[in-house]
Amino acid sequence: MRPIRVLVAKPGLDGHDRGAKVIARAFRDAGMEVIYTGLRQTPEQIVQTAIQEDVDVVSMSILSGAHNHLLPKVVKLLKEEEAYDDILVIGGGVIPDEDIPYLKENGIAEVFTPGTTTTVTIEYIKTHLKKSID
Amino acid sequence: MDLIKGLLQGNKRACARLISIIENEQEGYFDILKEIHKNTKNAYVIGITGPPGAGKSTLTDKLVKKIREQGKRVGIIAIDPTSPFSKGAILGDRIRMSDLNLDPGVFIRSMGTRGYLGGLSKATYGAIKVMDAYGCDYIFVETVGVGQSEVDIVKTADTTVMVMVPGLGDDIQAIKAGVMEIGDVFVVNKADKEGAKRTLLEIEMMLDFKKDWDFRPPVSMVVANDGSGVDELLQSIMAHRKYQHETELLKSKVLQRNKSEIKEIIHRKIEREIQNIQSEKEVEDMIMKTLSKELDPYTVSEKIFNKIIDNR
Repeated sequence: MRPIRVLVAKPGLDGHDRGAKVIARAFRDAGMEVIYTGLRQTPEQIVQTAIQEDVDVVSMSILSGAHNHLLPKVVKLLKEEEAYDDILVIGGGVIPDEDIPYLKENGIAEVFTPGTTTTVTIEYIKTHLKKSID
Repeated sequence: MDLIKGLLQGNKRACARLISIIENEQEGYFDILKEIHKNTKNAYVIGITGPPGAGKSTLTDKLVKKIREQGKRVGIIAIDPTSPFSKGAILGDRIRMSDLNLDPGVFIRSMGTRGYLGGLSKATYGAIKVMDAYGCDYIFVETVGVGQSEVDIVKTADTTVMVMVPGLGDDIQAIKAGVMEIGDVFVVNKADKEGAKRTLLEIEMMLDFKKDWDFRPPVSMVVANDGSGVDELLQSIMAHRKYQHETELLKSKVLQRNKSEIKEIIHRKIEREIQNIQSEKEVEDMIMKTLSKELDPYTVSEKIFNKIIDNR
């Protein structure tokens, strides 16, 4: 069995990555290879990284309020690169409940809001991968 | 074999997928490697090594930007350690290379060591070949932060750049065996920090011990953060490259590299055999008998070795 490769990204103008680092660490401890790119990534940068790193999951943490714009943009670009069918896209951070249906309609498979334990997210990833890890 | 076709046409996704297949040793990867090897064009491999936090990623970022000004295509393999406990890894070298992300002439791949000990990952060789066939003129291999003996990079790179920083220890560190012996080019990074001149002096003194250099490793003072000294460093790397071309040293290096790759593959195959055979009942019983000293580990290892040979 190969390790799951996850990109943990911080899209947009948002200077807080404590949460992203906690998640990255939890993914690591769950045996995943975590590519961490640091703050202030554009959707284009995130998609290029996802492709070059051949990740299974793009996991975005966003606290700035721009999620309705940035997250669907990543999905759109992944589709343009014909990579969306292989990559699970999830989001997390400060995202109001009423925005979640819109995000899901736009290709974000799941949204994890504050209070979610890391084990829930890890379990979700393990059961929703689009590529086999055997 | 569609992926290989894509790779040769410069398709980014094909390149990425193939590296994964090789890294994971997925079915058919060996044939893929054979096919790719035929299509390599001898990209120049530059190894960047040094202790954790020395500035390897930042320096790589700056060097690659300089090379990109010449229009050459560049591949970067950035290696970070895999946890021996969870098998997970945080691959964070891209943080320092954000600007290169959108450059279509640059391909960056992060790899975990996955239990490999020499400062590289198991599939580094393979990834280099994929990037070479993809069309990279230069390939940078950034090792994990090294301690004193992770020297595999010399076997892999055409030019090894040893990145040092001030304040890591006294001059005795500089004359110890191991990583300090492998630099073709030395860098004192963070040269604006206190003690940088002393570090430079210590490296120079260490190099002066040897008198009969054919190519004495140049030492550059660099501040990777603001880019000062990077031009000079690149010139040193190119000088080393030129020297190796002129002396045919490069050829013997490639031969050496092929040799060590062959050895490693055979090693791995035998290791797999050992793992298989250890789970056989007869072998298990023999191993159990070492507990009561009815047998000793030496006799058992001989028996197992002969058994593997006989199985062939």
